[in-house]
Amino acid sequence: MSFLHKHQKLEKNSLLLLFWTIIAVLIGGIVEIIPLFRTETVIEPVKGVRPYTPLELAGYNIYLREGCYNCHSQQIRPLRDEVARYGHYSLAAESMYDHPFQWGSKRTGPDLARVGGKYSDDWHVAHLKAPRDVVPESIMPSYSFLLKTGAKIDDLDQHLKTLRLAGVPYSDEMIENAEKDAIAQATGEARMDMAGLVSRYGEKVLARDFDGQPEVISEMDALVAYLQVLGTMVDFKSAEQVEESAP
Amino acid sequence: MSDHKNKEIDKVSGVETTGHEWDGLKELNNPAPRWWLWVFFITVIWSVWYWVVYPAWPVPGGATEGSYGWTQYKKLAAEQQEIHDRQKAYLDRFKKASFDQILNDQELYAFAVAGGGAYFKDNCATCHGTGGAGGPGYPNLNDDDWLWGGDVDAIYETILYGIRSGHEDSRISEMPAFGQDELLAKPDIDAVVDYVISLSGSKEAHAGNIEKGREIFANNCASCHGEDGRGLREFGAPNLADALWLYGGDRDSVYKTVFNSRKGVMPSWTGRLDRETIRQLSVYVHQLGGGEKRVSAASEDVKPAVTLPEDAGETDSNGHAGE
Repeated sequence: MSFLHKHQKLEKNSLLLLFWTIIAVLIGGIVEIIPLFRTETVIEPVKGVRPYTPLELAGYNIYLREGCYNCHSQQIRPLRDEVARYGHYSLAAESMYDHPFQWGSKRTGPDLARVGGKYSDDWHVAHLKAPRDVVPESIMPSYSFLLKTGAKIDDLDQHLKTLRLAGVPYSDEMIENAEKDAIAQATGEARMDMAGLVSRYGEKVLARDFDGQPEVISEMDALVAYLQVLGTMVDFKSAEQVEESAP
Repeated sequence: MSDHKNKEIDKVSGVETTGHEWDGLKELNNPAPRWWLWVFFITVIWSVWYWVVYPAWPVPGGATEGSYGWTQYKKLAAEQQEIHDRQKAYLDRFKKASFDQILNDQELYAFAVAGGGAYFKDNCATCHGTGGAGGPGYPNLNDDDWLWGGDVDAIYETILYGIRSGHEDSRISEMPAFGQDELLAKPDIDAVVDYVISLSGSKEAHAGNIEKGREIFANNCASCHGEDGRGLREFGAPNLADALWLYGGDRDSVYKTVFNSRKGVMPSWTGRLDRETIRQLSVYVHQLGGGEKRVSAASEDVKPAVTLPEDAGETDSNGHAGE
């Protein structure tokens, strides 16, 4: 019982107890947290995931501002019913440039992790304007004001710069051209620097007038551009190879 | 903890005390209940077993894998395999069957309609409505008015590649924005709109405009919508002479269509849904109400086991010319 006698010292000395409690908690924390410092242990190497374009980032910011995440998750779990309904389960790599990520377990509306490309731009605009026009049973509020509000694109370079601090690989060139790229993507017009946009963000970037109002870049443009890219970046053929070759 | 140096037995209960005293109150040092101790020991043993067989400890480069090799992804794959096996009896035959064979085989047909119906609710109902009745801008799939063709092959191609979807094989046509791009002056648009709505007998048409409109129509619209305005499926150009309108048949709506053009988009579903699912959906949409017989000669000598709507045959004999 000598061990118990030693333990008595801890029980009778509050400062000593506090000290050793902290040591015990620290050991537990280190064991759980340290392996996560190496992101390659938790993020699978897949091809295709790129940082958001400035316009998509503006849409992401609107998504956060309007609290879309209160009702919509962006996380398809590896469960049979979810995969059948929403498509391939979400990969960690798909949200590695989200700060903060938009996972979630509470869904009032459907999961949006793979909504990109599922509906037309017109549908998104009609739905955000008056959800019950297209989905009669919907309880989503109207966001028609997005059509009338100009997207704030002149400070997007600052957003890119800030995200670079958090580890998103935006290049100096991307930051310099943020506003220009946003305009090019929201208009899709040939007189803009399309080649530059494509060289910075890849062939798959969708550049067009998203909101049906060619003369303005509205918040609707930004939000729909963001929604249309969700879940479309990963090249799933290469992702499956990664998973198959994994032990 | 018992303090053996000052061992003291409580006189009433005969149990050793802990030796602690608070204002004359002493605590009995009863042992923990046996059942509780056993549960505690079993959980300790169980946790060691868990560490060994399941992924448990984080280690540099990942985590211990566990002797069972369990992962969520393997579990998902097993569950999907189970469903696949259950469908196998039908799916294997379905994969090999042509649309003709499916339409003529009660069992495969029922399989396609059931599966297609489930996928329709998840993927298509959002725009086309739960019952396929559509809405402004989203075609009604229950009627026999088809923009790009209503036989099962045409439906299959539409679902596979979409309409103006950006897919390289997508169905594409683009009506000019006659007003926005200043191809026609406003009075001319007025005239052609009056002519177009007069084709379906609208009372809104200004009679004085119709002759002028007919001429403008012949010069600007007939190449896609046909001389008689009955549409041409190779361009996805709608029939303007019937009472069915995708964006509304009132004068204002038709004016907007001519002025700005409409470029409705249907996404391509290849890549998102697999081939067999798209084939099931094609059969499901085909049977919603307006499905047409296949144009191919091969289908003529097979009598469908499933009765198609009566008017479908008529459309078939007209080929692509519309209803």
